[in-house]
Formats: sequence, structure tokens, C-alpha cells
Amino acid sequence: MSDSHDSLSKKPADEPGSGGGDVRERVPPEAIRAVPVRHWGRWIGVAVVFALLAALFQAFRGADINWDVVGEFLTYDTIIEGAGKTLWITLLSMLLGVVLGVILAIMRLSGNPVLSGVAWGYIWFFRGTPVLVQLFLWYNLSFVFETVNFGFYKDEMNDFMTPFLAALLGLGLNEAAYMAEIARAGIQSVDRGQTEAAHALGMNNGKTMRRIVLPQAMRVIIPPTGNEFINMLKTSSLVYAIQYTELFRAGNTISTRNLAVMEMLIVVTVWYLILTTVFSIGQYYLERYFARGNERVRPPTPLQRARARLTGPRRQRAGRGPAGGV
Amino acid sequence: MGTTTNSSSPMVKAEQVHKNFGPVQVLRGIDLEVSPGEVCCVVGPSGSGKSTLLRCVNHLEKINAGRLWVDGELVGYRQRGDKLYEMREREVAAQRRDIGMVFQRFNLFPHMTATENVMEAPVQVKGVRRADARKRAEQLLERVGLADRMASYPSQLSGGQQQRVAIARALAMDPKLMLFDEPTSALDPELVGEVLDVMRALAEDGMTMIVVTHEMGFAREVGDTLVFMDDGMVVEAGDPREVLANPRQERTRAFLSKVL
Repeated sequence: MSDSHDSLSKKPADEPGSGGGDVRERVPPEAIRAVPVRHWGRWIGVAVVFALLAALFQAFRGADINWDVVGEFLTYDTIIEGAGKTLWITLLSMLLGVVLGVILAIMRLSGNPVLSGVAWGYIWFFRGTPVLVQLFLWYNLSFVFETVNFGFYKDEMNDFMTPFLAALLGLGLNEAAYMAEIARAGIQSVDRGQTEAAHALGMNNGKTMRRIVLPQAMRVIIPPTGNEFINMLKTSSLVYAIQYTELFRAGNTISTRNLAVMEMLIVVTVWYLILTTVFSIGQYYLERYFARGNERVRPPTPLQRARARLTGPRRQRAGRGPAGGV
Repeated sequence: MGTTTNSSSPMVKAEQVHKNFGPVQVLRGIDLEVSPGEVCCVVGPSGSGKSTLLRCVNHLEKINAGRLWVDGELVGYRQRGDKLYEMREREVAAQRRDIGMVFQRFNLFPHMTATENVMEAPVQVKGVRRADARKRAEQLLERVGLADRMASYPSQLSGGQQQRVAIARALAMDPKLMLFDEPTSALDPELVGEVLDVMRALAEDGMTMIVVTHEMGFAREVGDTLVFMDDGMVVEAGDPREVLANPRQERTRAFLSKVL
């Protein structure tokens, strides 16, 4: 690395203006060594934050919270089961919401006035009413329809419309209205030239949408969808009102027995944080996947970065030593 | 009108083609004939309707009046008796299969590698097996001098390389006609040559081409005919060397004095 330097190393002979010698023989100037700007404000900030955290810690230590109960119930069967159900209903509702939402978006953008009208009406209704009301509407459907009859399937509505199904329909159909708007924005963000290029190659509208437009729209659709997902994890707590025993309801049920209300709420809070954190990480990788082809070099994942830091050669810090070390 | 189309069998034939966007008349009666194997260069000031004419040929734009045939088939319509019927989407797509188009802004699919870009249409439209399509794509990329960039995404390629991938992508459908819409206008000057070289080789292989361009040198050397358009009409057409050296029309002369 440095032998090339040596072969060229000649004193930076020429003084500026003294008749500039051969450019190639000039030694590159020494890398800059400057005292970096000191950020005193940050240190003060850190001190303030620590002081506040200490105060908060002190307050909670004095509070009447039985931390043993929190610890005990954090891994209690009913709670874990509730968290599992929260996850399950969230996944299924989002799946329903995303699939239906994309279909609605395509309908909304189609030239067919019937399709776009239907999509408009759907979005108008489901976005225009509170999700809690929609949940109760589904759950109480047996008041107006005693039986269901799809032709191939018949049942009492009361047996058919379980809390689970009501929760899935309430959350999923509501979500579809929001996803439709997100998907529409994504589809419209794809350059018109892409559609034209696909058409010029003889691809029809369906294939153009599926193979060319949607994969590119995903880059715009995924980030807000991740947001919706995390929102849904939390919104799903509303279904406790229609007897579906997800995380929040599980915590509630226990606290009515052991009267440790705050403790159970803390347990539930911790679990919600765990779930949302795991999903944020998943979202990062999903976004990365759909960004392919959009940067010249893909940035390493945090995992790859950590691994490189542990095993790779030590990097010289910028500003020290000759530029382009390593 | 439009009865004896097949007699001399031109590849492209336009008769009094009109096109307007709302109240704006973009094409005002274009007559044009391009024979098989011919390279037809279309030049003219911006806004003269060159690109629109090209887009009408593969029905990316619908014409408002006149008739347009490609290889003896009416573009976008079916004629029964005196009546014209709009084609269904599927039929239009089938017509476009045989017409390759290269865009000014390349319009490569950014989420696919060069090879995947070239494979896409044969696999999706013609139902070619993936392995076969890949082999063919690799041959085509080699032919446009990109053997070493097959796995690159468009964002990793220079403009000239992207445009060459775009040409390979169009060729993958074995078109009988290639349309070039200012293929070098978005390129840095030093990259223009590599794209023109590919187009020249294509012309020498006997491809029928309509090239909207500002490259007068290319038109002179490669073109069989030069069409000068202004204000939605064909002002002058003929042998490129002839038209460029001795334009007959005042408007042609004025335009050429600015670009040459």
C-alpha cells in the first residue's frame, strides 16, 4: 500500500509558483489533522437525562407496585396465550387488509366506472365509521340475521359469528380501506414510462400491474404498511370488548381476580413493546428487500455491520493517518 | 378508403394521420410509407409531433383520423365493411408484440437485472421457458456488448449501457419493426456513439427501423430515408444525403442551419 508512495516520495520540492514541476511527481498533501468540534451541549444533555431517569426510578421504587407479581405474570400461560392471539389476529387482519386493499386500489384506479365506484363506496363506509362500532356491528349480527346461509354452508349466526371471526372481519375490513389508499399512492408513484415500456413489449394490463408496477410500488407501500401493522398490533386490543381473549383481555381477566391492576397493565405493556419491536426489525429487512435495484450498493444490515466490526480489520478513524487506510 | 393496403406491402403505412390532445393538433395529416428493411429517420424541431407519430405506430396513442397500418394490419382497429371496431386490450397487446420500442428515458425495469429485463417479455408474453429465455437474453446482451454487465441492475449501469439493454429487451421479442424515440437524447455526449453503433449494426442486419433523432450524422450514414416534420406535418422527405445537403423547403433549411 505504501510502497507506491515511497517510489514517488520526493520532497514537495516546488514552492507554489516557482515553476510547478511534473505533476505526477508531487507528493499528495498530508491528510488533515484537526481538533474536532467539541459538543459540550451533548454532555450536559446526557447528565440531564440521567438525572431525570434517576428521579423516575426513585419515584417508581417508592410506588406501590408489586414487581414480583409483574415478573411472575410476565410468562404466565394465559398472558403468553393472549400475546399469541394478539399476534395471530393482527397477522390475519393485516393479511386480509393488504390483499383486499391492493385489490380495492386497483379497482379504484381502473378505467371501469363500476369498479372504481364500488371501491370508492367501500372506502367511504369503512373509513368513515369507528372501528369499535364496526366490531360491534359484526359481533351483534345475530340480532338481525338468525342464521347464515351461503348455500353450501348453513349455521346459526350465533355459532358462526365467533368473537374471533367478528374481530377478524371488523379489523381486517376496516384496515382494507386504509391499505387501499396506501396502495393507490404506491401504484401512482411508479413512473408512467414503466407501464408504457411493458405495454410496448406486448404485456397486458394485468401482467404489467403484477410484474412491473406493483413490485416497484412496494417500495412506497411497505413503510406505511409497517406502520399500519404496528398500529394494528395495538388497535387489536379493542377486540377485548367483543370477548376475544387477546393480550389486553387476558391481562384484564387476571387483574379482576388478583386485583393487581397496575401490575397486569405493566405486564401487558411489556408484551406490546416486545411485539412492536420485533415487527420493527422485520419491517427493516422487508424494506431493504424491496429497495433492490434502487441503490448502487446495498448498505449492510445491522447484523452484517456488527459481524464486520467484530471480525473485520480495524478501521482507522477518518481524519487520522493517511487517507484510505485499511 | 384503405382497401389496397397489401399490394406493395410496406411495413408501415400512414394515410392522413391526425392526432390531437384536446384542442391541440399534434399531427395534421401525416402520410408515410416505410418498406421492410428500411431505416427511416424522422427529424424536426421539438413539438413537431415526431414522438407522437412514433407512439401512434404501436398504439400507445390513439389516432383521431386517418389510417395507420403495420405490416398490412390496421393498428388498434378492426375494419368490417365501413365500420371500425376498437380492438380489445388483448388484441392490441398481440399487435405490439411484433413492434419493438426504445424510449428516450430507457424505461428499464429498475427492480430487475439486465438479464431479467430482457427475459421478462418472452417469458410473460410468449411463454418461453425461463432457461431458454435466459440463454437468449445472454446472447442478446452479448450482441450489444454487455456480456460483463448481465447481473447488474439498471441503476448500476451508465445511460449508454441502459439504452443498450433496452434495445436488447426489445429485440428479445423478435420484432419485425423497431421504433426508436430519441434514443440518444438523454445520454452524455461520450455515450452516444456506443448506442448508435448498436443501432447501425441492427440496420445492417436488415431490421426495419423508424428512428426519431437529432443525430444528423447517423441519419446521413445509416438512414435510407429522412423525414423532416414540422408543426404536425411532413415538410420534406427523401434520401438523407440529398435532404441534408440540398433541402428544398425553407423550413427544412432553417431547421438544419440550427442543428448542423
